[in-house]
Order: sequence, then structure tokens, then C-alpha cells
Amino acid sequence: MPYPYRSSRRSFIKAATASAAGVLAYNLDLLNASAASDVIVGALYVGPKTDYGWNQAHAEGVATLKKAGVKVVEEERVPETVQVAKSMESMIKLDKANLIFATSFGYWDQMLKTAEKYPNVQFLHAAPTVWKEGMPKNAGSYNGYIDEAQYISGIVAAHASKTGKLGFVGAKPYPASLRNINSFTLGARTVNPKATTQVIFTGDWVLPVKEAEAVNSLADQGIDVVTCHVDSPKVVVETAEKRGIFSCGYHMNQSVLAPKGYLTGAEWNWEKVYADYVQWLLEGKQWPHLVRGGLKERIVRNSPYGKAVSEKARKQADAARDAFMSGNFVIYKGPIKDNTGKTVIAAGQSHSQTDVWLESMNWLVEGVIGSTTG
Amino acid sequence: MVAGAGRVAAETATISALALLASMALFGVFLTLFGANPFDVFGSIYRGAFGSWFAWQNTLQLAAPLMLTALCTALPAQLGLIVIGGEGALIMGGVAAVAAALTLPHAPPFVVVAAMMLAAAAAGGVWVGLAGALRAYRGVNETISTLLLNYIAIALMNHLVTGPMRDPEMVNRPSSWHIGEPNMIGSIPGMDVHWGLVYGVIACVIAFVLMHSTIFGFAARMVGGNVRAARIAGLPVPMLTITACVIGGAAAGLAGMLEVAAVHGRASSSLVVGYGYTGILVAFIARQNPLAVIPTATLLGGINASSGLIQRSHDLPDATVLVMQGIIFLMILAAEPFYGRFTVFRRQVA
Repeated sequence: MPYPYRSSRRSFIKAATASAAGVLAYNLDLLNASAASDVIVGALYVGPKTDYGWNQAHAEGVATLKKAGVKVVEEERVPETVQVAKSMESMIKLDKANLIFATSFGYWDQMLKTAEKYPNVQFLHAAPTVWKEGMPKNAGSYNGYIDEAQYISGIVAAHASKTGKLGFVGAKPYPASLRNINSFTLGARTVNPKATTQVIFTGDWVLPVKEAEAVNSLADQGIDVVTCHVDSPKVVVETAEKRGIFSCGYHMNQSVLAPKGYLTGAEWNWEKVYADYVQWLLEGKQWPHLVRGGLKERIVRNSPYGKAVSEKARKQADAARDAFMSGNFVIYKGPIKDNTGKTVIAAGQSHSQTDVWLESMNWLVEGVIGSTTG
Repeated sequence: MVAGAGRVAAETATISALALLASMALFGVFLTLFGANPFDVFGSIYRGAFGSWFAWQNTLQLAAPLMLTALCTALPAQLGLIVIGGEGALIMGGVAAVAAALTLPHAPPFVVVAAMMLAAAAAGGVWVGLAGALRAYRGVNETISTLLLNYIAIALMNHLVTGPMRDPEMVNRPSSWHIGEPNMIGSIPGMDVHWGLVYGVIACVIAFVLMHSTIFGFAARMVGGNVRAARIAGLPVPMLTITACVIGGAAAGLAGMLEVAAVHGRASSSLVVGYGYTGILVAFIARQNPLAVIPTATLLGGINASSGLIQRSHDLPDATVLVMQGIIFLMILAAEPFYGRFTVFRRQVA
């Protein structure tokens, strides 16, 4: 399929420079405020720092702290075993780290145990875990409502799609993934009420071969925009580009991998979260045990639009973003039916982002082809 | 006889040490290519592995499961078998331990712990024993079958923790129910190392005695020396094969129980972290000698323990440590032809 447009590399570079400048400006006060050595950050990643996905998004967030003069120590590929506690202790004892970012879901238990042992060190978990009374006071968690960005990706995707058939490569049918799929589909259906999202679950977070197979099979079915929720979207985005279809990224900006077909993507903005924690710590404030937020709180964002995104699509997507930024837009507002025809949210009912009901989502919205059993 | 054994030990120690030195030299070249000063890195490895009491505890903690999974390879190796199924046996052991704890909800902790140990050893034993039986009665290559059994074990565990054993509270990561806080085995008093270390050392010593001071061990080693001679001598080769596999599997199964009872409290994909595969490496470096497994596991545990420090202080990728382990493995294998070449170690003919 020939593309009606040329490479978007230039616009990408422009956008990347602009966002880097923005981040630096934001962190400038941080640099001034910090006696720099007061905070030493220790970050643990479950995978490689260069995965174009979950881990890299965190590593880039941490890297902006480094640029701002904060001392940072990092370990990648830390398995979710007793090694977690050992790595943290080693960072604390040998490198004098006093702010720990544990960026994998399975680090929680070990992190809490270590937090009890080192009350003067702050421990933060990047996951949908919830701190409860009785847990160590120096522990907490942070996470974002990235499905807001997926909703916007859905709008952009539906505009780009000629067939109205979208594809989603998921890892496991767990609540946060289902929420992404549903928000993406709901966004798409505001553009094209007949749009469908075909879902394929691969079964695990990092399965490059299965991810490529999934994209190929989606492309064979006439699907012309894909997105995903796997740890490293690299394979999905690259395979889509090879097949000449569009893609929306996830976790971070993957536009360099698909200069032609990359539309936009749902990204984390950990820079902002990490800078906040450092700032709170420097000010000696008690930081919140639970940090959550979406577009409005600047914890998530969308990648700059690719060349293929039409003016109309940009307008509608920008309007949706403005609605989110104003804080009174709700994605899960009834009437909403699931894909078996059952009403899950009745007319007049609505569940705003902070509603914990959404965190145990176990249904797929009308328009999604697939099932929650994987 | 004693002098002869001493010579063999001296030969093994010397050749292994030379192989280790050679691998350090090679690894040094690798580090230089990466722009790091090899001497600084070796210094960091030492600091991270053995440089302080804190480092030692890290090392020993990581060495504990490796001792047990190494036995899974080292014991069948006495019969000339190459078993690489420690990973699968560990997983099955972990799952069985959880199952045992869940069926005894009201029993006192020591009963539960004993039941978990038995169940885990039995599950691991049966798992690798299956491969032993296939070898003994059907001539199926045990290396291939144990490798494939690893994948089956992972699939089986995933099925159980997403189905029958699933704790519905754990929405984000399918995990089994918790075995109960009182049933967790804690740390060795005065140390930040769990009891797994003691289990590992005891298992290695028992395995050594079994192989070198019992009729079973003698028969097993005879099969390893010359299987035809063993058959002609009337030894029950199939039974010996299966038994060695069962004992090896039981050791790895126990490692799985320790991961559950000392670390996670549940069975989940957190059990699949490659202890079984590192165990193979340990067994080969120890030249399949159960006693030598103890220091070798400690050495590799130490290298693993220093991984974080190397990443943090030298900005090297985490795979650095894996490269080092790979080089050591190759050098140990490459040193094999040197055995018997040095006249110093030969028995003097009077």
C-alpha cells in the first residue's frame, strides 16, 4: 500500500526537541532548589533500559533527574525475587540512595519488607498497587490513567482507518489492559460508530515472536491500524510499518521505528512524576502515598501526531484532550454495553477515572472482538 | 587410596583454577573493549560478592537455590546422564509445596513445613524421574526430555495459578493462594540469609556421601564409567538411572519449596527466574562433584550478587555478568582435555 505522504522524521525531531526543552525548563527550578547531593535516587527495572517500552519510559524519566544534577544509580533486569530486596539494600548501603523507584509490578512485597527495614529511605512502586494504613509510612505507589491517552489514540486511529477495523495486541487480559482496549475503542467509536477493535492476547509481557504473528494476522484480516499493551511495543510498531499499516504506540514515543505509519501513542510522562517526588523530598514535605493522574495531571501524554494524521483528526483529538484537561470529561459514562450485549453501565451512571470500580474491569466494550479469557 | 584421592582433588582444583584465571583474562579483554578498566571491575565484583558481611550475606542467599538445582544435574551426571531439568523440577516443587500448605490449613507450622518439603521433593523427583524412566525404558535422550519438561512445568504452573489455585485477590498477577505467614521459614538467626542455605549445604553433603560411600553410589558411578560393564556385572541399570534422576529432581524440587516458603509465599511466574539453568553451570564447573558444588554455587552466587554494583559503578549493561558466566562455562569445558596430562598429578608407580 503506497503512502500518500513523506517521511515525518523532520516533524519528529522538531517535536522531540520541543518536548526535551520543555522538560529541561521544568527541571530547571529543581536544579536550583536541589543541593543536588541531598537526594540520591535508586531505580530498579525488570527489563532492559533500551526496550522502547515500559522500562525505557522509566529510564528516560530517571535520566532527566540525572540531567538536573540529581545523583542516580540504576539496575536493569532485576528479577522479581529476593534479588529485589538485595538490590535495594545494596543501593542504600553502598550508594547511600534515599529515594527508591521500584518499577515492576512484582517488586511490591519485597519493597514493603525493605521499606520497613529502612524507615529513612522513601520507596515508591510504579504500579496499580494501593498503600493502606498499617503499611510502612515511607512507601507508596504511583501510576497513571494512561487509558485517557488511549482514548485519544482511538480517535486518531479511527480517522486514519479506511476499513474501520482496528487491532489491539495485548499481553494478558488483566484489568488495566482491558481498560486500555475499552478506552481506545470508545474513542474510536466517537468518530466511527461502527469501528471495531480486534484483540489478540499473546499470553505474556514480552513475546516478540507472538507479537509479530499477531500483527501479521491482524493485517491479513484487513485491519489497518494497530496498537498494543505489551512491555516493548517495538515489534508491534515495526511489524505494522513493514506491513504498510498504521500504528499507535504505547509506553513511550516509538515514531522513530515507524516514520511512515506512526500516528500517535499513549505515553507515560514519568519525568514529571519523578521530578515531583524529588521536589517533595527536598522540601521535606510528606508526599502522598498514592499518586495517580491522567492527561490533566501530566502523568500521561500522547506522542506528537505523525504526518498521516489529518487536520480533522487533529482537531477532534485536540478537542478531546482539552476536555480531559478541563477535568470534567468522563470516558465511562452510561449507557455502555459490553460486547456480549449486556449493559454494564446504565444510562445516567458514570464512573470517573478515580473510581476504583474501574480498576477491576473484567469486560470488553461493545465493538471489541475478543474475549476476556484471552 | 587417600593419597590418590588427594591427587585427583589437587588436579581438579589446579585445572579449574587455571580455567578460571583464563576466563578472567578473556573477560578482561571484553571489558576493555567496552571501555571499562578490568581491574576496577574485578575489584567491584569482589566488593559486591565478598567484600563485606553484607555482600557475603547477599552471595550466600543467592547461592542457596543454586546448590540444590546444581544437584539435579550433578547426581544423574554420575551415571553419564546430562539432565538440564532443574528449572522444571524447581517449579513443580514450588507448586507442590503450595498445594501441600493449602490442604493443611489448620496444622501447626512445623507439620506444614515438613509436608511442603516432602511434597516438593516428591514432585521434583517424579518430574525428573519421568525423564529417567523414558531414558531407561524407551531410550529417549534425557537432555531433550528434561529441557521440554521445563516448558511443560511452566505451562502447568501457569494453568494452576490462573485456574484452580488462583487467589482472586491477586488481580494483576495470577498467583496461588498464600501459604500463610506462620508457615514461612525465616532467616538463619543473626543472618539475613534464609534457611535455604542450610538445606543446600546439607543436601550437597548427603549427596556426596551417597555417591562416594554407599553401594548405590558405587553402582551409579560404575554405570557412568562403563554402562556395558555395569550390565554384565548384573547391575540394575534402569533402576539406578531412575533413582539418580529422582534424587536430583527432589533436590531441585526442594529449591522450589524454599523459593515459596522463604521468599514469595505463593506460586506464580516469579518462580521462573533461571535458577535451574544457572544450576547446570554450577554443576559443570564443579565437575559434577556434590561437595565442590558448595564453593562453586557460592562463587556464582557472588558473581550474581555483584551484578548490581557492576551496573551501577561502571555503567555496564546487566548482561555483563552473563557474559562472564558464559566465558567461565566455556573455559571449564575447554579445560577438560587437560585432565591426565600433567605428570605431577599421576600416581607414582613404586
